[in-house]
Amino acid sequence: MIQIVNLRKRFGNQKVLNGLNLKIENRELVAVIGQSGGGKSVLLKHLIGIVKPDEGKILIEGVDITTVTGKDLDSVREKFGVVFQEGALFDSLTVYENIAFPLREKTRMKKDEVNERVLHALVDVGLSEMGNKYPAEISGGMKRRVALARALITEPKIVLFDEPTTGLDPIISSSIHKLITKTHQKYGFAGLIISHEIPAIFEVADRIAMLYNGTIIETGPAEEFRRSDNPYVRQFVSGALEGPIEIIK
Amino acid sequence: MTIYDMTVCIRAIGAWVIDLLAEMGRMFIFLMNAIFTVFRPPFKFRMLLRQIRFLGSKSMVVILLTGSFTGMVLALQIYYTLRKFGSEAMLGPAVALSIIRELGPVLSALMVTGRAGSALTAEIGIMKITEQIDALTSMALNPVRYLIVPNIVAALIAFPLLTAIFDLIGIYGGYFVGVKLLGLSSGTYFSQMETFLKLEDIRVGLYKSLSFGVIVSWVCCYKGYYTGYGAEGVSKSTTSAVVLSSVFILIWDYFLGTILLR
Repeated sequence: MIQIVNLRKRFGNQKVLNGLNLKIENRELVAVIGQSGGGKSVLLKHLIGIVKPDEGKILIEGVDITTVTGKDLDSVREKFGVVFQEGALFDSLTVYENIAFPLREKTRMKKDEVNERVLHALVDVGLSEMGNKYPAEISGGMKRRVALARALITEPKIVLFDEPTTGLDPIISSSIHKLITKTHQKYGFAGLIISHEIPAIFEVADRIAMLYNGTIIETGPAEEFRRSDNPYVRQFVSGALEGPIEIIK
Repeated sequence: MTIYDMTVCIRAIGAWVIDLLAEMGRMFIFLMNAIFTVFRPPFKFRMLLRQIRFLGSKSMVVILLTGSFTGMVLALQIYYTLRKFGSEAMLGPAVALSIIRELGPVLSALMVTGRAGSALTAEIGIMKITEQIDALTSMALNPVRYLIVPNIVAALIAFPLLTAIFDLIGIYGGYFVGVKLLGLSSGTYFSQMETFLKLEDIRVGLYKSLSFGVIVSWVCCYKGYYTGYGAEGVSKSTTSAVVLSSVFILIWDYFLGTILLR
Protein backbone atom coordinates (compact mmCIF):
# COMPACT_ATOMS: atom_id res chain seq x y z
CA MET A 1 0.00 0.00 0.00
CA ILE A 2 2.72 2.48 1.07
CA GLN A 3 6.40 2.08 0.31
CA ILE A 4 8.91 4.69 1.44
CA VAL A 5 12.29 4.30 -0.21
CA ASN A 6 15.50 6.05 0.89
CA LEU A 7 13.72 9.24 1.98
CA ARG A 8 16.01 12.16 2.76
CA LYS A 9 15.10 15.63 3.97
CA ARG A 10 17.24 18.41 5.30
CA PHE A 11 16.19 21.79 6.76
CA GLY A 12 19.20 24.06 6.54
CA ASN A 13 22.08 22.15 8.10
CA GLN A 14 19.82 19.79 9.99
CA LYS A 15 19.30 16.33 8.50
CA VAL A 16 15.77 15.35 9.53
CA LEU A 17 15.25 12.23 7.43
CA ASN A 18 18.34 10.34 6.43
CA GLY A 19 17.59 7.46 4.07
CA LEU A 20 14.35 6.30 5.66
CA ASN A 21 12.76 3.06 4.40
CA LEU A 22 9.38 1.75 5.49
CA LYS A 23 6.66 -0.42 4.02
CA ILE A 24 3.02 -0.54 5.11
CA GLU A 25 0.84 -3.34 3.79
CA ASN A 26 -2.91 -3.29 3.08
CA ARG A 27 -4.99 -3.07 6.28
CA GLU A 28 -1.82 -2.89 8.38
CA LEU A 29 -1.55 -0.42 11.26
CA VAL A 30 2.04 0.70 11.84
CA ALA A 31 3.13 2.93 14.71
CA VAL A 32 6.22 5.08 14.31
CA ILE A 33 7.84 5.95 17.60
CA GLY A 34 10.87 8.13 18.22
CA GLN A 35 12.23 11.16 20.00
CA SER A 36 10.43 14.49 19.93
CA GLY A 37 11.76 16.61 17.07
CA GLY A 38 13.09 13.46 15.41
CA GLY A 39 11.19 13.95 12.15
CA LYS A 40 8.06 11.84 12.73
CA SER A 41 5.61 14.60 11.81
CA VAL A 42 7.83 15.59 8.89
CA LEU A 43 7.56 11.99 7.67
CA LEU A 44 3.76 12.21 7.88
CA LYS A 45 3.71 15.46 5.92
CA HIS A 46 5.84 13.82 3.22
CA LEU A 47 3.25 11.07 2.88
CA ILE A 48 0.51 13.52 1.90
CA GLY A 49 2.79 15.63 -0.26
CA ILE A 50 2.78 18.75 1.95
CA VAL A 51 6.57 18.52 2.27
CA LYS A 52 8.73 17.44 -0.65
CA PRO A 53 11.81 15.32 0.04
CA ASP A 54 15.34 16.14 -1.11
CA GLU A 55 15.75 12.56 -2.25
CA GLY A 56 13.82 9.30 -2.24
CA LYS A 57 10.42 7.92 -3.23
CA ILE A 58 7.06 7.47 -1.56
CA LEU A 59 4.93 5.00 -3.47
CA ILE A 60 1.22 5.04 -2.68
CA GLU A 61 -0.35 2.07 -4.46
CA GLY A 62 2.51 2.32 -6.97
CA VAL A 63 2.25 6.10 -7.57
CA ASP A 64 5.23 8.16 -6.42
CA ILE A 65 3.68 11.10 -4.54
CA THR A 66 6.98 13.00 -4.60
CA THR A 67 6.82 13.44 -8.38
CA VAL A 68 3.12 13.97 -9.12
CA THR A 69 1.44 17.39 -9.15
CA GLY A 70 -1.97 18.97 -9.74
CA LYS A 71 -4.90 16.59 -10.26
CA ASP A 72 -2.68 13.50 -10.05
CA LEU A 73 -1.47 14.62 -6.61
CA ASP A 74 -5.07 15.31 -5.55
CA SER A 75 -6.18 11.84 -6.63
CA VAL A 76 -3.44 10.31 -4.45
CA ARG A 77 -4.43 12.57 -1.53
CA GLU A 78 -8.02 11.41 -1.86
CA LYS A 79 -6.90 7.98 -0.67
CA PHE A 80 -5.92 9.53 2.70
CA GLY A 81 -7.65 10.56 5.87
CA VAL A 82 -5.51 12.47 8.33
CA VAL A 83 -5.98 12.99 12.06
CA PHE A 84 -3.76 15.94 12.95
CA GLN A 85 -2.08 16.50 16.31
CA GLU A 86 -4.65 18.83 17.86
CA GLY A 87 -7.42 17.73 15.52
CA ALA A 88 -7.05 20.70 13.12
CA LEU A 89 -10.83 21.19 13.11
CA PHE A 90 -12.12 24.25 11.28
CA ASP A 91 -12.94 26.81 13.98
CA SER A 92 -15.70 28.49 12.02
CA LEU A 93 -17.64 25.25 11.45
CA THR A 94 -19.64 23.19 13.93
CA VAL A 95 -18.70 19.60 14.75
CA TYR A 96 -21.38 18.40 12.31
CA GLU A 97 -20.15 20.72 9.54
CA ASN A 98 -16.52 19.70 10.15
CA ILE A 99 -17.39 16.04 9.61
CA ALA A 100 -19.63 16.80 6.64
CA PHE A 101 -17.02 19.09 5.05
CA PRO A 102 -15.07 16.48 3.01
CA LEU A 103 -18.33 14.97 1.71
CA ARG A 104 -19.79 18.33 0.75
CA GLU A 105 -16.63 19.53 -0.91
CA LYS A 106 -15.32 16.36 -2.53
CA THR A 107 -18.41 14.37 -3.49
CA ARG A 108 -21.74 14.96 -5.22
CA MET A 109 -23.56 13.20 -2.43
CA LYS A 110 -27.15 14.30 -1.73
CA LYS A 111 -27.94 16.27 1.42
CA ASP A 112 -29.89 13.41 3.03
CA GLU A 113 -27.09 10.95 2.41
CA VAL A 114 -24.49 13.34 3.85
CA ASN A 115 -26.70 13.85 6.88
CA GLU A 116 -27.13 10.11 7.39
CA ARG A 117 -23.39 9.44 7.16
CA VAL A 118 -22.44 12.29 9.47
CA LEU A 119 -24.98 11.23 12.11
CA HIS A 120 -23.69 7.68 11.83
CA ALA A 121 -20.08 8.89 12.20
CA LEU A 122 -21.05 10.94 15.27
CA VAL A 123 -22.54 7.82 16.86
CA ASP A 124 -19.40 5.82 15.93
CA VAL A 125 -17.15 8.23 17.83
CA GLY A 126 -19.59 8.62 20.73
CA LEU A 127 -20.50 12.26 20.07
CA SER A 128 -24.05 12.02 18.84
CA GLU A 129 -25.17 14.97 20.98
CA MET A 130 -22.30 17.26 20.02
CA GLY A 131 -23.08 18.03 16.37
CA ASN A 132 -24.09 21.64 17.01
CA LYS A 133 -21.08 22.56 19.13
CA TYR A 134 -18.13 24.52 17.79
CA PRO A 135 -14.58 23.15 18.26
CA ALA A 136 -13.86 25.82 20.89
CA GLU A 137 -16.74 24.45 22.99
CA ILE A 138 -15.54 20.83 23.23
CA SER A 139 -12.67 19.13 25.08
CA GLY A 140 -9.33 17.99 23.61
CA GLY A 141 -10.41 14.35 23.63
CA MET A 142 -13.65 15.19 21.83
CA LYS A 143 -11.73 17.16 19.22
CA ARG A 144 -9.60 14.09 18.43
CA ARG A 145 -12.77 12.00 18.10
CA VAL A 146 -14.27 14.55 15.72
CA ALA A 147 -11.01 14.62 13.76
CA LEU A 148 -11.13 10.83 13.50
CA ALA A 149 -14.74 10.95 12.32
CA ARG A 150 -13.81 13.59 9.72
CA ALA A 151 -10.83 11.55 8.54
CA LEU A 152 -12.95 8.42 8.14
CA ILE A 153 -16.07 9.96 6.62
CA THR A 154 -14.87 9.43 3.04
CA GLU A 155 -13.84 5.86 3.90
CA PRO A 156 -10.19 6.36 2.88
CA LYS A 157 -7.83 3.48 2.15
CA ILE A 158 -5.10 5.00 4.32
CA VAL A 159 -5.41 6.90 7.60
CA LEU A 160 -2.55 8.83 9.17
CA PHE A 161 -2.57 9.74 12.85
CA ASP A 162 -0.22 12.45 14.10
CA GLU A 163 0.16 11.92 17.84
CA PRO A 164 -3.58 11.38 18.32
CA THR A 165 -3.41 11.25 22.12
CA THR A 166 -0.77 13.87 22.95
CA GLY A 167 -1.84 16.09 25.82
CA LEU A 168 -4.78 13.90 26.87
CA ASP A 169 -5.20 12.17 30.21
CA PRO A 170 -4.57 8.38 30.35
CA ILE A 171 -8.24 7.44 30.37
CA ILE A 172 -9.13 9.62 27.39
CA SER A 173 -5.96 8.36 25.63
CA SER A 174 -7.10 4.77 26.16
CA SER A 175 -10.54 5.59 24.79
CA ILE A 176 -8.96 7.15 21.67
CA HIS A 177 -6.72 4.10 21.21
CA LYS A 178 -9.74 1.85 21.57
CA LEU A 179 -11.59 3.94 19.02
CA ILE A 180 -8.69 3.67 16.57
CA THR A 181 -8.67 -0.13 16.99
CA LYS A 182 -12.45 -0.32 16.58
CA THR A 183 -12.53 1.84 13.44
CA HIS A 184 -9.53 0.02 11.99
CA GLN A 185 -11.33 -3.29 12.38
CA LYS A 186 -14.52 -1.81 10.93
CA TYR A 187 -13.07 0.03 7.91
CA GLY A 188 -9.89 -1.99 7.32
CA PHE A 189 -7.70 0.96 6.36
CA ALA A 190 -3.93 0.89 6.24
CA GLY A 191 -2.67 3.26 8.92
CA LEU A 192 0.36 5.02 10.25
CA ILE A 193 0.31 6.32 13.81
CA ILE A 194 2.92 8.74 15.05
CA SER A 195 3.01 8.28 18.80
CA HIS A 196 4.93 8.61 22.04
CA GLU A 197 2.46 6.55 24.03
CA ILE A 198 4.55 3.60 25.13
CA PRO A 199 3.48 0.90 25.94
CA ALA A 200 -0.17 1.79 25.11
CA ILE A 201 0.54 2.06 21.39
CA PHE A 202 1.90 -1.53 21.37
CA GLU A 203 -1.67 -2.75 21.95
CA VAL A 204 -3.03 -0.72 19.04
CA ALA A 205 -0.54 -1.19 16.20
CA ASP A 206 0.17 -4.35 14.23
CA ARG A 207 3.77 -3.33 13.87
CA ILE A 208 6.08 -0.80 15.52
CA ALA A 209 8.88 1.12 13.78
CA MET A 210 11.41 3.21 15.62
CA LEU A 211 12.76 6.36 13.99
CA TYR A 212 16.16 7.50 15.16
CA ASN A 213 18.64 9.83 13.46
CA GLY A 214 16.38 10.10 10.41
CA THR A 215 16.11 6.36 9.70
CA ILE A 216 14.01 3.43 10.85
CA ILE A 217 16.40 1.53 13.08
CA GLU A 218 14.07 -1.33 13.96
CA THR A 219 10.66 -2.56 12.98
CA GLY A 220 8.55 -5.51 14.05
CA PRO A 221 5.45 -6.63 15.96
CA ALA A 222 4.98 -5.26 19.45
CA GLU A 223 6.12 -8.46 21.19
CA GLU A 224 9.36 -8.59 19.21
CA PHE A 225 9.87 -4.93 19.91
CA ARG A 226 9.51 -5.40 23.62
CA ARG A 227 12.21 -8.10 23.54
CA SER A 228 14.52 -6.16 21.21
CA ASP A 229 18.28 -6.30 21.83
CA ASN A 230 18.80 -2.99 20.10
CA PRO A 231 20.16 -0.67 22.83
CA TYR A 232 18.44 2.40 21.27
CA VAL A 233 15.08 0.64 21.24
CA ARG A 234 15.55 -0.71 24.77
CA GLN A 235 16.43 2.72 26.11
CA PHE A 236 13.53 4.44 24.34
CA VAL A 237 10.95 1.85 25.34
CA SER A 238 12.10 1.81 28.96
CA GLY A 239 12.50 5.58 29.09
CA ALA A 240 15.94 5.22 30.70
CA LEU A 241 18.19 8.27 30.90
CA GLU A 242 21.33 6.18 30.54
CA GLY A 243 22.02 4.70 27.13
CA PRO A 244 23.18 5.45 23.59
CA ILE A 245 20.42 8.00 22.80
CA GLU A 246 21.72 11.51 23.22
CA ILE A 247 19.54 13.46 25.62
CA ILE A 248 19.49 17.23 25.85
CA LYS A 249 20.00 17.86 29.57
CA MET B 1 37.23 49.71 9.07
CA THR B 2 39.19 46.57 8.17
CA ILE B 3 38.66 44.47 5.05
CA TYR B 4 37.12 41.79 7.26
CA ASP B 5 34.56 44.25 8.64
CA MET B 6 33.73 45.43 5.14
CA THR B 7 33.24 41.84 3.98
CA VAL B 8 30.90 41.12 6.89
CA CYS B 9 28.98 44.30 6.15
CA ILE B 10 28.66 43.56 2.42
CA ARG B 11 27.63 39.98 3.17
CA ALA B 12 24.92 41.18 5.57
CA ILE B 13 23.58 43.66 3.01
CA GLY B 14 23.69 40.97 0.31
CA ALA B 15 21.78 38.51 2.52
CA TRP B 16 19.18 41.19 3.28
CA VAL B 17 18.72 42.02 -0.42
CA ILE B 18 18.40 38.32 -1.33
CA ASP B 19 15.84 37.77 1.45
CA LEU B 20 13.91 40.83 0.33
CA LEU B 21 13.85 39.72 -3.31
CA ALA B 22 12.83 36.20 -2.31
CA GLU B 23 9.98 37.59 -0.18
CA MET B 24 8.85 39.85 -3.02
CA GLY B 25 8.93 36.91 -5.42
CA ARG B 26 6.90 34.76 -3.03
CA MET B 27 4.36 37.54 -2.57
CA PHE B 28 4.02 38.00 -6.34
CA ILE B 29 3.57 34.26 -6.95
CA PHE B 30 1.00 34.16 -4.12
CA LEU B 31 -1.02 36.94 -5.77
CA MET B 32 -0.77 35.38 -9.24
CA ASN B 33 -1.90 32.04 -7.80
CA ALA B 34 -4.91 33.74 -6.20
CA ILE B 35 -5.81 35.66 -9.39
CA PHE B 36 -5.52 32.47 -11.44
CA THR B 37 -7.77 30.63 -8.96
CA VAL B 38 -10.44 33.41 -8.97
CA PHE B 39 -11.51 32.46 -12.48
CA ARG B 40 -11.52 28.70 -11.97
CA PRO B 41 -14.66 26.97 -10.64
CA PRO B 42 -15.93 25.84 -8.20
CA PHE B 43 -16.70 29.31 -6.81
CA LYS B 44 -17.18 29.62 -3.08
CA PHE B 45 -20.10 32.10 -2.87
CA ARG B 46 -20.97 31.32 0.75
CA MET B 47 -17.43 32.06 1.84
CA LEU B 48 -17.44 35.21 -0.28
CA LEU B 49 -20.59 36.47 1.46
CA ARG B 50 -19.12 35.55 4.85
CA GLN B 51 -15.97 37.55 4.10
CA ILE B 52 -17.92 40.59 2.83
CA ARG B 53 -19.87 40.49 6.09
CA PHE B 54 -16.61 40.06 8.03
CA LEU B 55 -15.01 43.12 6.38
CA GLY B 56 -18.17 45.21 6.68
CA SER B 57 -19.08 44.33 10.24
CA LYS B 58 -15.51 44.71 11.51
CA SER B 59 -14.95 48.07 9.86
CA MET B 60 -18.30 49.87 9.73
CA VAL B 61 -18.14 51.65 13.10
CA VAL B 62 -14.58 52.82 12.63
CA ILE B 63 -15.40 54.01 9.09
CA LEU B 64 -18.39 56.00 10.36
CA LEU B 65 -16.33 57.57 13.15
CA THR B 66 -13.25 58.45 11.12
CA GLY B 67 -15.34 59.56 8.13
CA SER B 68 -17.41 62.02 10.13
CA PHE B 69 -14.48 63.49 12.05
CA THR B 70 -12.29 63.72 8.95
CA GLY B 71 -15.01 65.73 7.21
CA MET B 72 -15.46 67.94 10.27
CA VAL B 73 -11.76 68.67 10.74
CA LEU B 74 -11.32 69.25 7.03
CA ALA B 75 -14.21 71.72 6.92
CA LEU B 76 -12.88 73.57 9.94
CA GLN B 77 -9.36 73.93 8.52
CA ILE B 78 -10.42 74.76 4.98
CA TYR B 79 -13.06 77.27 6.10
CA TYR B 80 -10.54 79.49 7.91
CA THR B 81 -8.09 79.28 5.01
CA LEU B 82 -10.79 80.13 2.46
CA ARG B 83 -12.04 83.01 4.58
CA LYS B 84 -8.67 84.72 4.17
CA PHE B 85 -9.40 84.88 0.45
CA GLY B 86 -13.11 85.52 0.85
CA SER B 87 -13.93 82.21 -0.81
CA GLU B 88 -15.93 80.47 1.93
CA ALA B 89 -18.46 79.43 -0.71
CA MET B 90 -15.91 76.98 -2.04
CA LEU B 91 -15.98 74.99 1.21
CA GLY B 92 -18.37 72.30 -0.11
CA PRO B 93 -16.38 71.41 -3.26
CA ALA B 94 -13.06 71.62 -1.36
CA VAL B 95 -14.26 69.16 1.27
CA ALA B 96 -15.94 66.87 -1.25
CA LEU B 97 -12.98 66.81 -3.67
CA SER B 98 -10.44 66.17 -0.90
CA ILE B 99 -12.50 63.37 0.54
CA ILE B 100 -13.66 61.68 -2.66
CA ARG B 101 -10.35 61.83 -4.54
CA GLU B 102 -7.91 61.30 -1.69
CA LEU B 103 -8.86 61.05 1.96
CA GLY B 104 -11.85 58.72 1.58
CA PRO B 105 -10.08 55.88 -0.24
CA VAL B 106 -6.80 56.24 1.71
CA LEU B 107 -8.17 56.65 5.22
CA SER B 108 -10.87 54.01 4.83
CA ALA B 109 -8.24 51.58 3.48
CA LEU B 110 -5.98 52.35 6.46
CA MET B 111 -8.87 51.89 8.88
CA VAL B 112 -9.96 48.59 7.30
CA THR B 113 -6.34 47.42 7.45
CA GLY B 114 -6.11 48.15 11.14
CA ARG B 115 -9.48 46.68 11.98
CA ALA B 116 -10.32 43.83 9.58
CA GLY B 117 -6.94 43.30 7.87
CA SER B 118 -5.18 42.52 11.13
CA ALA B 119 -8.01 40.17 12.16
CA LEU B 120 -7.75 38.46 8.78
CA THR B 121 -4.00 37.87 9.18
CA ALA B 122 -4.52 36.54 12.70
CA GLU B 123 -7.34 34.23 11.57
CA ILE B 124 -5.37 32.74 8.67
CA GLY B 125 -2.21 32.62 10.82
CA ILE B 126 -3.99 30.65 13.52
CA MET B 127 -5.39 28.30 10.86
CA LYS B 128 -1.82 27.80 9.69
CA ILE B 129 -0.28 27.04 13.09
CA THR B 130 -3.15 24.77 14.12
CA GLU B 131 -2.70 22.80 10.87
CA GLN B 132 -6.16 23.69 9.51
CA ILE B 133 -4.53 24.71 6.23
CA ASP B 134 -2.67 21.38 6.10
CA ALA B 135 -6.00 19.67 6.80
CA LEU B 136 -7.51 21.34 3.72
CA THR B 137 -4.50 20.31 1.62
CA SER B 138 -4.67 16.73 2.91
CA MET B 139 -8.31 16.59 1.71
CA ALA B 140 -7.07 17.44 -1.79
CA LEU B 141 -8.68 20.89 -1.50
CA ASN B 142 -6.88 24.06 -2.56
CA PRO B 143 -6.47 26.36 0.49
CA VAL B 144 -6.06 29.37 -1.81
CA ARG B 145 -9.59 28.80 -3.15
CA TYR B 146 -11.08 28.55 0.35
CA LEU B 147 -9.10 31.17 2.25
CA ILE B 148 -7.49 33.66 -0.10
CA VAL B 149 -9.77 34.08 -3.13
CA PRO B 150 -12.94 34.87 -1.11
CA ASN B 151 -11.01 37.54 0.80
CA ILE B 152 -9.62 39.23 -2.29
CA VAL B 153 -13.00 39.25 -4.07
CA ALA B 154 -14.75 40.37 -0.86
CA ALA B 155 -12.26 43.25 -0.54
CA LEU B 156 -12.95 44.26 -4.17
CA ILE B 157 -16.65 44.54 -3.30
CA ALA B 158 -16.41 45.86 0.27
CA PHE B 159 -13.68 48.51 -0.14
CA PRO B 160 -15.55 50.71 -2.65
CA LEU B 161 -18.73 50.41 -0.55
CA LEU B 162 -16.94 51.31 2.68
CA THR B 163 -15.17 54.16 0.89
CA ALA B 164 -18.51 55.45 -0.44
CA ILE B 165 -19.90 55.42 3.11
CA PHE B 166 -16.78 57.21 4.36
CA ASP B 167 -17.15 59.83 1.60
CA LEU B 168 -20.82 60.41 2.33
CA ILE B 169 -20.36 60.68 6.08
CA GLY B 170 -17.28 62.88 5.57
CA ILE B 171 -19.20 65.29 3.35
CA TYR B 172 -22.02 65.48 5.90
CA GLY B 173 -19.43 65.96 8.69
CA GLY B 174 -18.12 68.93 6.70
CA TYR B 175 -21.71 70.12 6.23
CA PHE B 176 -22.31 69.98 9.98
CA VAL B 177 -19.26 72.13 10.76
CA GLY B 178 -19.53 74.46 7.78
CA VAL B 179 -23.29 75.02 7.81
CA LYS B 180 -24.48 74.32 11.33
CA LEU B 181 -21.49 75.60 13.31
CA LEU B 182 -19.80 78.18 11.08
CA GLY B 183 -22.92 79.64 9.47
CA LEU B 184 -22.41 78.87 5.76
CA SER B 185 -25.67 78.46 3.88
CA SER B 186 -26.76 74.94 3.09
CA GLY B 187 -27.48 75.80 -0.57
CA THR B 188 -23.98 77.22 -1.09
CA TYR B 189 -22.33 74.14 0.41
CA PHE B 190 -24.11 71.70 -1.90
CA SER B 191 -24.69 73.77 -5.05
CA GLN B 192 -21.00 74.62 -5.45
CA MET B 193 -20.23 70.95 -4.94
CA GLU B 194 -22.46 70.04 -7.87
CA THR B 195 -20.58 72.51 -10.06
CA PHE B 196 -17.06 71.37 -9.26
CA LEU B 197 -17.41 67.66 -8.60
CA LYS B 198 -17.06 65.60 -11.79
CA LEU B 199 -17.73 61.96 -12.48
CA GLU B 200 -13.99 61.67 -13.12
CA ASP B 201 -13.31 62.51 -9.46
CA ILE B 202 -15.59 59.72 -8.30
CA ARG B 203 -13.92 57.35 -10.74
CA VAL B 204 -10.47 58.24 -9.31
CA GLY B 205 -11.72 57.40 -5.82
CA LEU B 206 -13.23 54.16 -7.07
CA TYR B 207 -10.00 53.04 -8.78
CA LYS B 208 -8.07 53.83 -5.65
CA SER B 209 -10.40 51.93 -3.35
CA LEU B 210 -10.43 48.91 -5.67
CA SER B 211 -6.64 48.78 -5.81
CA PHE B 212 -6.34 49.31 -2.04
CA GLY B 213 -8.75 46.41 -1.57
CA VAL B 214 -6.43 44.14 -3.54
CA ILE B 215 -3.36 45.42 -1.66
CA VAL B 216 -4.84 44.96 1.83
CA SER B 217 -6.38 41.53 1.21
CA TRP B 218 -3.26 40.32 -0.62
CA VAL B 219 -0.75 41.47 2.03
CA CYS B 220 -2.89 40.41 5.01
CA CYS B 221 -3.66 36.97 3.56
CA TYR B 222 -0.02 36.46 2.56
CA LYS B 223 1.29 37.37 6.01
CA GLY B 224 -1.21 35.02 7.67
CA TYR B 225 -0.55 32.18 5.22
CA TYR B 226 3.22 32.34 5.76
CA THR B 227 3.12 33.09 9.48
CA GLY B 228 5.87 31.97 11.84
CA TYR B 229 5.59 29.46 14.66
CA GLY B 230 3.30 29.84 17.63
CA ALA B 231 1.53 32.83 19.09
CA GLU B 232 4.64 35.00 18.62
CA GLY B 233 4.72 34.18 14.91
CA VAL B 234 1.07 35.17 14.47
CA SER B 235 1.58 38.35 16.46
CA LYS B 236 4.59 39.35 14.32
CA SER B 237 2.71 38.55 11.12
CA THR B 238 -0.26 40.65 12.20
CA THR B 239 1.91 43.67 12.99
CA SER B 240 3.88 43.25 9.81
CA ALA B 241 0.68 42.90 7.72
CA VAL B 242 -0.70 46.19 9.06
CA VAL B 243 2.58 48.07 8.59
CA LEU B 244 3.27 46.70 5.12
CA SER B 245 -0.31 47.23 3.91
CA SER B 246 -0.27 50.83 5.18
CA VAL B 247 3.07 51.56 3.51
CA PHE B 248 1.90 49.96 0.24
CA ILE B 249 -1.35 51.98 0.36
CA LEU B 250 0.50 55.29 0.72
CA ILE B 251 3.13 54.48 -1.91
CA TRP B 252 0.56 53.16 -4.39
CA ASP B 253 -1.68 56.17 -3.68
CA TYR B 254 1.10 58.48 -4.82
CA PHE B 255 1.81 56.54 -8.02
CA LEU B 256 -1.84 55.99 -8.88
CA GLY B 257 -2.52 59.66 -8.14
CA THR B 258 0.27 60.65 -10.53
CA ILE B 259 -1.12 58.40 -13.25
CA LEU B 260 -4.75 59.43 -12.78
CA LEU B 261 -4.00 63.17 -12.67
CA ARG B 262 -2.49 63.11 -16.17
